[in-house]
Amino acid sequence: MQAEAALGRVGLWFLIALLSVGAYLGAKDAGFAVHAALIGVIALGFMVASARRFDPLGRARGFFRMPEGDSRYDDDPVRWATLATMIWGITGFLAGLFIAAQLAWPMLNVEPYLNFGRVRPLHTSAVIFAFGGNALIATSFYVVQRTCRTRLAFPALARFVFWGYQLFIVLAASGYLLGITESKEYAEPEWYVDWWLTLVWVSYLAVFVGTILRRHEPHIYVANWFYLAFIVTVAMLHVVNNLDVPVSFLGSKSYPLFGGVQGALVQWWYGHNAVGFFLTAGFLAMMYYFVPKQAERPVYSYRLSIIHFWSLIFLYIWAGPHHLLYTALPDWAQTLGMVFSIMLWMPSWGGMINGLMTLNGAWDKVRTDPIIRMMVMALAFYGMSTFEGPMLSIKFFNSLSHYTDWTIGHVHSGALGWNGMITFACVYYLTPRLWKQSRMYSLRMINWHFWLATLGIVFYASSMWVAGITQGLMWREYGADGYLVNSFADTVAAIKPMYIMRSFGGLLYLAGAGIMAYNFAMTLAGKLRDEAPMTETPHDPAADRPLPAAAPVAVPAE
Amino acid sequence: MANKRVDEPTGTETVGHEWDGIEELNTPLPRWWLWTFYLTIVWALVYVVLYPAVPLLDKGTEGTLGWTSRGQLAQDMTLADQSKRSVGEALAAVDITQLPGNPQLMQQAVAGGRAAFRVNCSQCHGSGAAGSQTLGYPNLNDDDWLWGGDLATIEYTITHGVRQPAGDDKRQGAMPAFAGSLDDAQLAALGDHVLSLSGKAPANATGAQLYADNCVACHGPTGAGDRLLGAPKLNDAIWLYGGTREDIVRQVKRPRMGAMPAWHDKLDPVTIKMLAAYVHSLGGGEASEPAQVAAGQKADAATR
Repeated sequence: MQAEAALGRVGLWFLIALLSVGAYLGAKDAGFAVHAALIGVIALGFMVASARRFDPLGRARGFFRMPEGDSRYDDDPVRWATLATMIWGITGFLAGLFIAAQLAWPMLNVEPYLNFGRVRPLHTSAVIFAFGGNALIATSFYVVQRTCRTRLAFPALARFVFWGYQLFIVLAASGYLLGITESKEYAEPEWYVDWWLTLVWVSYLAVFVGTILRRHEPHIYVANWFYLAFIVTVAMLHVVNNLDVPVSFLGSKSYPLFGGVQGALVQWWYGHNAVGFFLTAGFLAMMYYFVPKQAERPVYSYRLSIIHFWSLIFLYIWAGPHHLLYTALPDWAQTLGMVFSIMLWMPSWGGMINGLMTLNGAWDKVRTDPIIRMMVMALAFYGMSTFEGPMLSIKFFNSLSHYTDWTIGHVHSGALGWNGMITFACVYYLTPRLWKQSRMYSLRMINWHFWLATLGIVFYASSMWVAGITQGLMWREYGADGYLVNSFADTVAAIKPMYIMRSFGGLLYLAGAGIMAYNFAMTLAGKLRDEAPMTETPHDPAADRPLPAAAPVAVPAE
Repeated sequence: MANKRVDEPTGTETVGHEWDGIEELNTPLPRWWLWTFYLTIVWALVYVVLYPAVPLLDKGTEGTLGWTSRGQLAQDMTLADQSKRSVGEALAAVDITQLPGNPQLMQQAVAGGRAAFRVNCSQCHGSGAAGSQTLGYPNLNDDDWLWGGDLATIEYTITHGVRQPAGDDKRQGAMPAFAGSLDDAQLAALGDHVLSLSGKAPANATGAQLYADNCVACHGPTGAGDRLLGAPKLNDAIWLYGGTREDIVRQVKRPRMGAMPAWHDKLDPVTIKMLAAYVHSLGGGEASEPAQVAAGQKADAATR
């Protein structure tokens, strides 16, 4: 029986390998051939492994010290996704630092595979989809089981979601370096990678909804509403923005169904909501579980969570046209994009308020708990960038900021500050629990990570604000004689120091993540660093009360 | 709603649900939050009435202010044009050779040319017009001119470009390649001779003979060049593709010849005039020949 199953697996992998050989031989372009070969090699590897009863996954689980035995919840995919978050995070930050350095020192462009145009989408996809995506998969599988008090529905499918998603990342990333791209920002992968992701994503939805349906709790916790909104909306966005016609089923090139200004609008409807539902709704879901857990406090306001959830998802979906202000997009659509963005301000802040105010009664932990500190900083940056976003969507500001580095600064204060920090906090929370350790290897290292990351963001965001405003003002500067004062090259020369400062900020941020990776590895190895404790600050409950109003102070007699 | 309790630190009642230890407080919506939310909605409604906003069957509503982005652009452009109109009209009316006679207009033309240069020319010639020796873009600050450095000639060169396949035949001069017809020793001798024209190397008979046989027709016996053919001057210290013997031999073997776009179909005549005035003002500008000036005066008289 077991042998038959193994034989079946060998046959399945052999079939996939055979199909890839066919795709390789018939490939219309080199990039597609490389991808076919890649899949073929993976399939052959698995075929040999199945035939020899060699269990690579088991070996890998041993290497990463994954705990054996049945736990109450199905945490295996969560562990894998947490590992992937860590690895892709470092990759993505490194790619980011590299392209930041390329902008400051253009000789770092290595043609053709490592030029800016190819590494830049590698960076954005690695941090958003690989780092952020795996963090979302890990936390959503972790949170949905615990808040539903049940194990994952369809455990095999859950594993397919994780490994299928990694294949998507590898195909997308290697494709960018090979020059395979749809040239749509944040949607660069070509048609066959899109189709694969669609399959993976529908499975993700099935596992998540299935788990919610078999819950043992009467109500669905707010974090799960946000996860569900994220999964459903991203599925819709991904499918609509990637309605393409492949030139050949054996080639990597395709053409989009929508052209011209319609294409631009669909792209930015997608692009904006990728930010809204991937990086906002999904990460708010993380916040809604891990902040109250780490602070050990109730969520600040149930009503606020309802109102801001529904207003957020209703308003966000219409705000995309603010990426196309002062373009060929009809004026009415530009206006709607702008007013919906303004109305989005308070719904976005609802999440920040609910997160920060949850710390009422536990604010002292900001002093003593580096994970809480990260969460607070994440929420602060979330609040800042969700104020900056509506502001930049106002035409008056947009006419100055658009096409400048201000946009890059805005994105990174959100991405590094909010998404990065909350993910780090969640990984620090999850790792000891998933690997059954009493705590992280070192809490002091978390504190170091916090300060390096914060300082890195400050360098990054402030240099990009200065660069962006400088660019915007120089581009529009007219002399007294009525002519433009600066050439484009003048404006590039003016912001070069800012580019160097930005790279430095990125270096600090990467250094923080490096410390995290070390801390993570040591925790997996089961070690505890001998250090002065962080969270056990002496606490005097008697003194922990408000001072009596205007009480006379006893003054010693002279 | 079974397990409602009052949370001690905040004094607020919980809603009564619990998930994995997480409870929720029944805190009302913060008032400032709610009122700011309402305010943004009211602001949005007002904005939607004032500006084009609501898509209808064939087009969107126009808004009570009548604002359009195209309208705003047209208005801004009109304002900008108006501020420059008097200069533009004056420049259109005057022949370029007459510009030096009107210092104020010349100054305005140079200012306009400086801006146009930054947008259209700096990509090759550099922001400071110093060109690039490695890439062969001429330096426009010196007084060495391939085709001529008076106002009318510069204007002509900008208008028609250089070595445009379908362009003007006065700007087509080409240098033949000598790879194959001269051997390495001959090329080295020729290179030395070219250097000797500016006193950078001792004279040699072989080189001089080769120069006389192959180069004199365009570059002249003393290496003075020929502006009618665009043949560069070889007896000064200014080099387009580098001034070492190696550079010279490479250029003789397989000449690189730069091309410049013709700007008459991209820029209007007034802008080209301003560009010529600016380039002329950079330091190497030459005086117009009296015959040209006289012709210009005649042309001006005719337009008046």
